Amino acid sequence: MTRVARVIPCLDVTDGRVVKGVNFVGLRDAGDPVELATRYDAEGADEVVFLDITASSDQRVTMVEVVSRAAEQLFIPLTVGGGIRDTDSARALLRAGADKVSVNTAAVQRPELISDIAGDFGNQCVVCAIDAKRVDNGYEVFVHGGRTATGMDARAWAERAVALGAGEILLTSMDRDGTREGFDTGLIRAIVDVVGVPVIASGGVGSLEHLALGVLDGGADAVLAASIFHFGEFTVAQAKDAMAARGVVVRR
Amino acid sequence: MTAPLVAVLDYGIGNLRSAQKALQKVGADARLTSDPAVIRDAHAAVLPGVGNFGACMSAVRTAGLEDLVHERIGGGLPFMGICVGMQMLFTESEESPGVTGLDVVSGVVRYLPSSVKRPQMQWNRLRVKGGGDGVGLASADPMFASLPPEPWMYFVHSLHGVPSDRSSIVATVDYGCEVTAAIRVGNVFAVQFHPEKSAADGLGLLRNFVDAARLVAA
Repeated sequence: MTRVARVIPCLDVTDGRVVKGVNFVGLRDAGDPVELATRYDAEGADEVVFLDITASSDQRVTMVEVVSRAAEQLFIPLTVGGGIRDTDSARALLRAGADKVSVNTAAVQRPELISDIAGDFGNQCVVCAIDAKRVDNGYEVFVHGGRTATGMDARAWAERAVALGAGEILLTSMDRDGTREGFDTGLIRAIVDVVGVPVIASGGVGSLEHLALGVLDGGADAVLAASIFHFGEFTVAQAKDAMAARGVVVRR
Repeated sequence: MTAPLVAVLDYGIGNLRSAQKALQKVGADARLTSDPAVIRDAHAAVLPGVGNFGACMSAVRTAGLEDLVHERIGGGLPFMGICVGMQMLFTESEESPGVTGLDVVSGVVRYLPSSVKRPQMQWNRLRVKGGGDGVGLASADPMFASLPPEPWMYFVHSLHGVPSDRSSIVATVDYGCEVTAAIRVGNVFAVQFHPEKSAADGLGLLRNFVDAARLVAA
């Protein structure tokens, strides 16, 4: 065995509460990110991502509290992203118990953010999230949640981010996000081919088959999904069974 | 019985909170500390570490922990190194040429071969020596007691320890090359993976360590 694919549920959090959450049996509160993450841990999730989609910066303090509570109960890796603009906010989250922080728009605006965080905490702590859209001659990086075009080539940005110290790339296809049509495996392959660090595929998962294809066709090291898990459609355990049935090695 | 005191050595680097919380979860009175009095009083000690070997060694020395680590280990009480905390127990590392490690374990920390993706950032299944396959040792290390024969652990690393005495290796993983996952030298047990991030199997291993600390406390 060499490569073991990770399955990563992603929780969108605003003001300390999960935006979309299903009320699992035995869960007191489907809106509590810690409770939901612990549930995914029990189902066999390899890692959990909290994505802070809070608009205002005061409420970001809440995320540090959420991470601090998660550290008491969650014993799998935790990545936190959304609104991290400087090393101080990264430090607060890592000190509270996050294992990695994910940077996106702020890193595009100021790439040294990646080297600053990596310098203080190590490359393994820094995930560079890239939102990309297919264009005529490749893929373009978008920021501000996919609303703003940058004119930057996604492959070139991924290579630069890794050179600056990003330990992992979280790659979302803006074309596929929310469509349930499956990953853009061409995009994943394009990035996997140029970076030496792990790539997490995101955007478009609508079936369990899609998860396996992200690894088999795209070459992703990990697959991230939100809605198929939140709405109780599938459990993480079912996702892994389906991936294993397609020959993907997963922890079960 | 009161919970055994486990000192998690704090030298200002990385996320130590997870290790502390995981040890508390399995019954330890785990404290993040660099206070010599607490470290000397503890029934067991844990040396964590993430990031760069040279930076970690420098921070350990600045915090005045080098002699305390040797004192603890020389005293024969349970001691665990985690990740770079394991690597620092070696003589030296290819990551930081010229920097001397704690040299508790004779050997060199080497980069994983360039033929594999670095870092190894994934879960992997341990091959425990003396475990299910009966290879290498008469019986598995006590730290693996009650765990599945091939426990899953979470790894994030680009280098691994290669001890001069291969018999100190008590578990490996296959990553397209053989990777040192755990070593045992007397009272020192050290792991390249993160038990505090390895769900039930990782907590099981930490529980065994806390049980060993409890025997000291009794």
